[in-house]
Amino acid sequence: MTAQTLLPHPWEWGNYAKGWEGVAGYSFGVFIKNSFVIVIVATFGAVFSSSLVAFGFARNKFIGHGLWFGIMMMTLMLPADVVLVPQYIIYTKLNWLDSIRPIVIPQFFGVPFFIFLMLQFIRTIPAELDEAATIDGCGKFRLYYKIILPLIRPSMATAAIFSFYWRWEDLLGPVLYLNSPSKYTVSMGLKMFLDSESVSNWGPMFAMSVLSLTPVMLIFFIFQKQIVDGISTSGLKG
Amino acid sequence: MGQRLRKNLTGYAFISPFIIGFLCFTLVPMAISLYLSFTKYNLFAPPRWIGFDNYIKMFTGDPKYVHSLKVTLLYVFIGVPLRLGFALFVAMILNTRSRMVGAYRTMYYLPSIIGGSVAVSIMWRNIFSDTGIINGMLGFFGLGPVSWFGNPNAALFMLITLSVWQFGSSMLIFLAGLKNISGEMYEAASVDGASFLRKFFKITLPLLSSVILFNMVMQTISAFMTFVPAYIISKGEGGPMDGTMLYSLYLFRQAFMFNNMGYASAMAWVMLLLVGIMTGILFKTSKSWVFYESGEESEPWRTIKSNGLSIIFSSAGLLLSCCTRYFGWSSAPSRRAASYL
Repeated sequence: MTAQTLLPHPWEWGNYAKGWEGVAGYSFGVFIKNSFVIVIVATFGAVFSSSLVAFGFARNKFIGHGLWFGIMMMTLMLPADVVLVPQYIIYTKLNWLDSIRPIVIPQFFGVPFFIFLMLQFIRTIPAELDEAATIDGCGKFRLYYKIILPLIRPSMATAAIFSFYWRWEDLLGPVLYLNSPSKYTVSMGLKMFLDSESVSNWGPMFAMSVLSLTPVMLIFFIFQKQIVDGISTSGLKG
Repeated sequence: MGQRLRKNLTGYAFISPFIIGFLCFTLVPMAISLYLSFTKYNLFAPPRWIGFDNYIKMFTGDPKYVHSLKVTLLYVFIGVPLRLGFALFVAMILNTRSRMVGAYRTMYYLPSIIGGSVAVSIMWRNIFSDTGIINGMLGFFGLGPVSWFGNPNAALFMLITLSVWQFGSSMLIFLAGLKNISGEMYEAASVDGASFLRKFFKITLPLLSSVILFNMVMQTISAFMTFVPAYIISKGEGGPMDGTMLYSLYLFRQAFMFNNMGYASAMAWVMLLLVGIMTGILFKTSKSWVFYESGEESEPWRTIKSNGLSIIFSSAGLLLSCCTRYFGWSSAPSRRAASYL
């Protein structure tokens, strides 16, 4: 699967050292660290808030339940381009530019795909469990925290894996919102390589491309079953 | 009464992150984008109201826009069926093998996992370069090297192959659907002497039609929004000769390179309308070709169908009706959509 095996060049491990030096005076280590910070914060926010919202939809009856659920499913299909320009303007006005805030903060308000994923999962948990806990004097939040949350761990893991992938390979967000190279992500580092492309740069660039895929591949191989099951039971990934 | 109020409040407390996020990051931006689409706005001077000028310019005064629309429609109409066909083909192969299925699934799903990343787009760019592996193979068969980056059609073809290669997620959904078709049906057909093709057209396709519809809708939407491969492969230029100028890329260029925020917003709304119309058409025509099996289905598909499908399609209908109502067209689909909610 690596780019090397497709290229008729001799092995040159030096490419990795050369690539690691990075571009414009910033080592690839900086980009990798930046990417990890974004991924971890965003994933925590997305998984936590989505589980809260999913529980809200699955185990609470309230006026307007159907309406909000419909809206939630609608945002799942909304092309992101429609809100791209105004979101950029809003973040500019908020002075959020050149920070990771525009990329991570929206994640703390729930991600429709994850909400739907967890919602489907919560539906498979018998309601008798809730009733028993309620009779024992368990409030709604305790019910969520003590009973449902531990049970939906598999679907939270699936969501976390997806969140990891999407944020790791995200290019549009960093391109729009991060201006100083010291804050660039791995995707942007690779793009910079491409921009400064010359014949001598191909080797290091591919070395770093391979490196950038390593965490993705590792997670895939570790959680392969989880991903495949998560997808085939929810069946929603575009 | 007090208890009822409390119950409602608890519900809203739990979903409040979503409501706040929806209002701040979706609804308000949508309203702003709609407003901006009627203005000339470059971020530095206040927006200036120009009515429908952006929309008129798009179709009459901007050949590049019309071209990008054409390229995108080609990308969607060629890419999505190919991708779905390929996904179904692989799913059927995987469905017949019982041993090593896990390993096969891993192999086939991997492209989708890594496929959207910058690294793979760079790799793709290299594979199709003048001295890349594709030209090397063509040379082996005695065919001349193709200048993939010199010819706009070849460049689009390159993007389409990349999208077809990322078939994994639709393949898995097909696979889940295929697993639900009982073997007895095929056995009975075999007893009656049905050929493979006959079984495929009379059993597999009809029973899979709802899954096909689902995949088609999701893939069409995501294909319409493709950005990263075009951006990376053409280095943000959309070249050669705008051959890879996908809609999202042109929108991005108008907004963030030329600072035409109003024009880009209008483009975004036309995209929303187009996606809405396409899903609407799929939804409308589906009644004649989607076959819903009566009786019991296995759990995942029942839930996807009853919750996912109906709500997704009804919301597509709603989206469509929002758009069409705005443009003063008939809002027939919305009533059906409303009945689902």
